[in-house]
Amino acid sequence: MHYDLQPLLLTFQLALVVTAILFVIGIPLAYWIAFSPNRFRYIVETLVSMPLVLPPTVVGFYLLVAFSPQYFLGHFLQSAFGLRVVFSFTGLVIASLLFSLPFMVNPIKAGFQNFPSALIESSYCLGKGPWETLYRVILPNIRPALLTGVVMAFAHTIGEFGVVLMIGGNIPGQTRLASIAIYNEVEALNYGTAGMYALVLVMISFVVLFLFYYLNRRTLKIF
Amino acid sequence: MIRLRLKRRMHTPQGQEWIDVDLNIDRGEFVALFGKSAAGKTTLLRMLAGLTRPQEGYIEVDGEIWFDSRRKIDLPVQQRRTGFVFQDDGLFPHMTVRRNLEYACGDKADHDMIYEWTAVMGLKGMEDRKPSQLSGGQKRRVALARALLSKPKMMLLDEPLSGLDLHARLDVQDEIIKAWRKTGITTILVSHDLSEVFKMSQKIFVIEQGRITASGSPQDVFINRELSGKFRFTGQIIDIQRDGVVNILTLCVGNHLTKVVAGDEEISGLAVGSRVIVAAKAFNPLILKV
Repeated sequence: MHYDLQPLLLTFQLALVVTAILFVIGIPLAYWIAFSPNRFRYIVETLVSMPLVLPPTVVGFYLLVAFSPQYFLGHFLQSAFGLRVVFSFTGLVIASLLFSLPFMVNPIKAGFQNFPSALIESSYCLGKGPWETLYRVILPNIRPALLTGVVMAFAHTIGEFGVVLMIGGNIPGQTRLASIAIYNEVEALNYGTAGMYALVLVMISFVVLFLFYYLNRRTLKIF
Repeated sequence: MIRLRLKRRMHTPQGQEWIDVDLNIDRGEFVALFGKSAAGKTTLLRMLAGLTRPQEGYIEVDGEIWFDSRRKIDLPVQQRRTGFVFQDDGLFPHMTVRRNLEYACGDKADHDMIYEWTAVMGLKGMEDRKPSQLSGGQKRRVALARALLSKPKMMLLDEPLSGLDLHARLDVQDEIIKAWRKTGITTILVSHDLSEVFKMSQKIFVIEQGRITASGSPQDVFINRELSGKFRFTGQIIDIQRDGVVNILTLCVGNHLTKVVAGDEEISGLAVGSRVIVAAKAFNPLILKV
């Protein structure tokens, strides 16, 4: 039985990078969707949630076409910045960002929407602007929602298969993630190796979710 | 001097109504907006604070225009600086009492002022507690102190005593009056509680279905001047019971319950919940020290 750690390490590297970026863009995006009076927010809200219902292959297909060097965007990125998105780690990150976006944004959005408006208005009446209110009043109080977003985005990125296969392919050390390695090994009838990867993913997912529920209970207890 | 003339559509259980008010409040006055729920009291207060936008009208405070629909002036909430105390206190649950108070002080926390107000409001020893560890009355007092520490131009109290038990109510009523006497700050209290409004305010605006139907001192508004009784109180009927040929009314006067005998004629048109005046003529009440 032959196996290496490369696909597992790559998977966690991807999940970490994607979760960190999503956290940074997820908060302002969720805030805008939750509080903006703009009518377009429904369109944005819908777009953010699209990956929840679309087959991963559809998203992967569009990304593949968009970033393919044969077409405009891919060609532009490659000629202007020397950036090749398809079949690269960058491509995996971009695809996962899109695909895990609702898992980060939706819990945070719900946290914002359920937040008592009297607290926000109290802060405004005390002379504080929206920024100060956000980081001193709202964010500390919706920690459980933030934690949910982080854990869900992280766990979902680890578990992604279809979209990353479409855009990343199966290049060892570059785009071969654990989920793809399992598929690969099964196709080659290496059930032992596939089982090894699968077991590691199961254990890690269990630990992450267990810690999440445990911590969430504890965080909520503060109030 | 606060002048306001405001119009706004509002949704009530009875359908759409217009708030349409025009009133002046003198500087340093303690004013009550009195009326049933959904009469528009809270909306009026929110429009003054800048939390709800009127459809038409203007607000002028001490010569400064806060809102003018024709000139498109709408001063943001943050610059209006109203000490708004919300019905459900609005304390930040993740901050201790001290942090809540410091939050109001701006960039530089004025610790002397915080110390003073915690003492005045009877909050000494509670500075390190979270709001969840406080009683209802204590929470309101923290909210009051916090609003005062933001150095507001006026205090806006939206039913600050709702949901409190009698003891805590009286307690917070006293603290509100104390704070008003100490600062002399214009205070507007929204309430549907007669005894509270009567006890606390100098001037009352009665609001019904978005319009001011009466205004003046509590005496003018609530006590029928035609009556020449020497001894009179306003109260609310809690219970009516028939006993032989008379009726026994249980009344809530101020914060006390009292029983009064009444004939059939007297109680015609009255029901549980009716507001009444209890008066006695040619009557020599006994005064006893308690």
